[in-house]
Amino acid sequence: MSLSSSFFGSKFGITERDLDRYLAEALGRGADYADLYFEYLATSSITLDESIVKSATQGVSLGVGVRVIAGERTGYAYSDDLSPEKILKAAATAACIADAPAKVETVGLTPARQHDLYPVLRAPIDQPLEERVQFVKRADAAARGADARVIQVQCTYADSLRHVLVATSDGKLSFDRQPMARLNVSVLARQGDGTPQQGYSGGGGRVGLDYFTGASAPEAFAREAVRLAIVQLDATEAPAGESVVVLGPGWPGVLLHEAVGHGLEADFNRKGTSVFSGRVGQKVASELCTVIDDGTIDSRRGSLNVDDEANPTRQNVLIENGILRGYLTDELSARLTGGRSTGSGRRENYQHIPMPRMTNTFMLAGASTPEEIIRSVSKGIYCANFGGGQVDITNGNFVFSASESYLIEDGKLTRPVRGATLIGNGPEAMQYISMVGNDLKLDQGVGICGKDGQSVPVGVGIPTVRIDKMTVGGTARA
Amino acid sequence: MSEQDLRAAAASAVEQALALGATGAECTIASGSEFSVTVRLGQVEKLKEADSCGAGLRVLLGQRQGSSYTSDLSAEGIRQMVASAMEIARITEPDPFAGLPEADELGQLPQDLGLASELTISTAEKIDFAKRAEKAALAVDPRLTNSDGASFDSHTGVRVFANSRGFLGSYRSTYCSLSAVPVAKSDDRMERDYWYSIGRDHTRLESPEQIGRRAAERVLRRLGARKIATRQATVVFEPRTARSLVGHVFAAVTGDAIYRKSSFLLDKIGQTVAAPSVTIVDDPTLPGLFGSSPFDDEGVPGRRNLLIENGVLQTYLLHTYTARKLGLKTTGNASRGLTGSPGTGHGNLYLAAGELPPEELLRTVGTGLYVTELIGQGVNTVNGDYSRGASGIWIEDGVLTYPVTEVTVAGNLSEMLKNVLFIGNDLEFLGSTAAPTLAIGGMTISGVQ
Repeated sequence: MSLSSSFFGSKFGITERDLDRYLAEALGRGADYADLYFEYLATSSITLDESIVKSATQGVSLGVGVRVIAGERTGYAYSDDLSPEKILKAAATAACIADAPAKVETVGLTPARQHDLYPVLRAPIDQPLEERVQFVKRADAAARGADARVIQVQCTYADSLRHVLVATSDGKLSFDRQPMARLNVSVLARQGDGTPQQGYSGGGGRVGLDYFTGASAPEAFAREAVRLAIVQLDATEAPAGESVVVLGPGWPGVLLHEAVGHGLEADFNRKGTSVFSGRVGQKVASELCTVIDDGTIDSRRGSLNVDDEANPTRQNVLIENGILRGYLTDELSARLTGGRSTGSGRRENYQHIPMPRMTNTFMLAGASTPEEIIRSVSKGIYCANFGGGQVDITNGNFVFSASESYLIEDGKLTRPVRGATLIGNGPEAMQYISMVGNDLKLDQGVGICGKDGQSVPVGVGIPTVRIDKMTVGGTARA
Repeated sequence: MSEQDLRAAAASAVEQALALGATGAECTIASGSEFSVTVRLGQVEKLKEADSCGAGLRVLLGQRQGSSYTSDLSAEGIRQMVASAMEIARITEPDPFAGLPEADELGQLPQDLGLASELTISTAEKIDFAKRAEKAALAVDPRLTNSDGASFDSHTGVRVFANSRGFLGSYRSTYCSLSAVPVAKSDDRMERDYWYSIGRDHTRLESPEQIGRRAAERVLRRLGARKIATRQATVVFEPRTARSLVGHVFAAVTGDAIYRKSSFLLDKIGQTVAAPSVTIVDDPTLPGLFGSSPFDDEGVPGRRNLLIENGVLQTYLLHTYTARKLGLKTTGNASRGLTGSPGTGHGNLYLAAGELPPEELLRTVGTGLYVTELIGQGVNTVNGDYSRGASGIWIEDGVLTYPVTEVTVAGNLSEMLKNVLFIGNDLEFLGSTAAPTLAIGGMTISGVQ
């Protein structure tokens, strides 16, 4: 694509000469590197509650961020006005981080190498609102029809379309058009006058509206949310203490995101503040574990054709047969450690400095069948679904909160147990993985990752795995 | 844009919506300047400075409502925002309870809440503050070998709100904060922790040296942490962790949670839901604090609301919509960003201080876990289930002994509130939610065998 035919070229008349001028201003105080991130984001969302489409919102935001790097120093400024005066002012502000005569000059811009992972012809947000509003209505009807014990249903459908232009002082120029859509269903079920229990399901990705059919139809998400709430009606207290833990396939991959993913982001490792710092080449997980972060999977929520620093995303092997192979790097950490960016530089929007981030993080399948894994456990807990998690990357402790779990007794799933938090230490817990299933599954596409105040969409995945020892934070005496 | 220009833009958006056929409209505009600098190992690592603004509009077409937002406050940007809200409102359905507050509910607090100060501190001084805080932290002990940096952040902003029932209000606010995040290493195990201070201007911050020292002490006391065996015990939440419990109570008393029957405090007004020593208040009228504002995000003046008084649940927190759903009056707790419809927010939300100095509280408890950090989201305010990752210090013979790590603390919020044994006298506001040291009996600590 050429600049003149790109979104920012055609709609806002941005020319290569403009970009050059802004970059030159940003480099003007002696910086090593500068980049510009132009972003136009349109979003819409529709919310149904009590079977009424109660509210709907749409809107746009537009801006440009200017980043300047001088050694380990980063200067950043942004403007929500694309007039040349405002962009030059932002560039001059960011440039102040450097304090020397100019030494780097801009080089001619060349389109960056990038993928074509989400060639959605008509982005959901460009489709008639009447079509999209049907999703929440259909999900509501399906949830209410699925079980008489359902007392509340809330559905939200949200989509967005982001246009991005990145220009860097070392000559990279990228354009991307990033569609996103997501449907969430949340239900409450109650048995008689007992305690109501929640169930939640949802899915989406960088997809067109045709995604929401078949296994991803609104009815399918609704039925899954109802199933989860109904299971909770019969759940008893979760056990407290150390236990064998079996994770089901898919969303429980959030284990990898928390236990190893964050700890392998290069900013922490460059600074030596991660429990994984300086451990490349060492064994950090059982040899059954190969963990990959892959931003190049078609249509996935965590995927990107090109990262937010004009570097193409990649399939990055983080851990191979238990050995730590490398970190996720952005432009700054790559420059400072003498490597190349792994295409992991991401930011929430034009108001934020990019950082190394995950995309879609998963573990490769192993040899065991899921049945074998469950059968191997005489006493333990099986976790099929999770809410969120969190990690302290410095000491390695991480948690994730189970939302659907069952006791395993004598090799069989017996009764459901209530929500509980599981806690472990990243490098330790990964050593306890003793069986890996042949059933790798990726999540449905609802993940959001927060770091340093910035949220970005991500994906996770995992096959069924057995962890020999983890602490389960329930309330029942084991 | 000046505050006057922003007020005019908000009023214009409301007028345009009415001209296009809306039966009601309200517009929020936020405009501000942010600055942040992070220093690491004595050098500036990141410096960010920018201005931004945005507007949000909600329109009513009879009982239907839609909303829109924009980052473009030009006349054309506002015009498009109005057209966009009108367009999307047409796909929503009539909701008998949708609407704006009544005219006699609108208004603002007359007194000066002390929300804005003059930020006279220079960039060089801000950098110096951060450098001093980090330096002070790292000087405390040789085991403090690394740093995640120290940061100075500041913000000045204007918030404007206008609606079609004649409300037009605006207020300025400022804040500064200074934080330090040192890292310590011992026996191959690293720990980090932080301390910070926040004020309307830099003269009201704790000194950089004190922030650095407190951060350092917090990290050092985590070194050499052990796992402990699973047991039932009293858990003492220090103020920094105790305030999250007040946040869970808030989530359970919002009108949204109540009308959806999604709260463990549903139908409990007038009933004892906590120990008699527990009083929880929401008060947006306290001068200078970070949860204060002259009016809520629907233009209703804020007021002091007693949520729980001596253990008895007194009120839910409501905005216009949830109040109508429940047949009640708004409590002035509407809160919204620029997008969407109002939700429920709080002002200065706190658990009232008790009598005991923290040291005496620990002596009275005798044995238990003093929790200094909680991680994860394992809190369900629908059924009250509570299970979170924790680290802290073991209390033995009434004093803090060795650090504890990699455990969970679990219970059910309904019981936890009733099992509050002791409340400290150390209430301090470091944000809009606050609690003193809090001891809760009968919790399950999960650890090793």
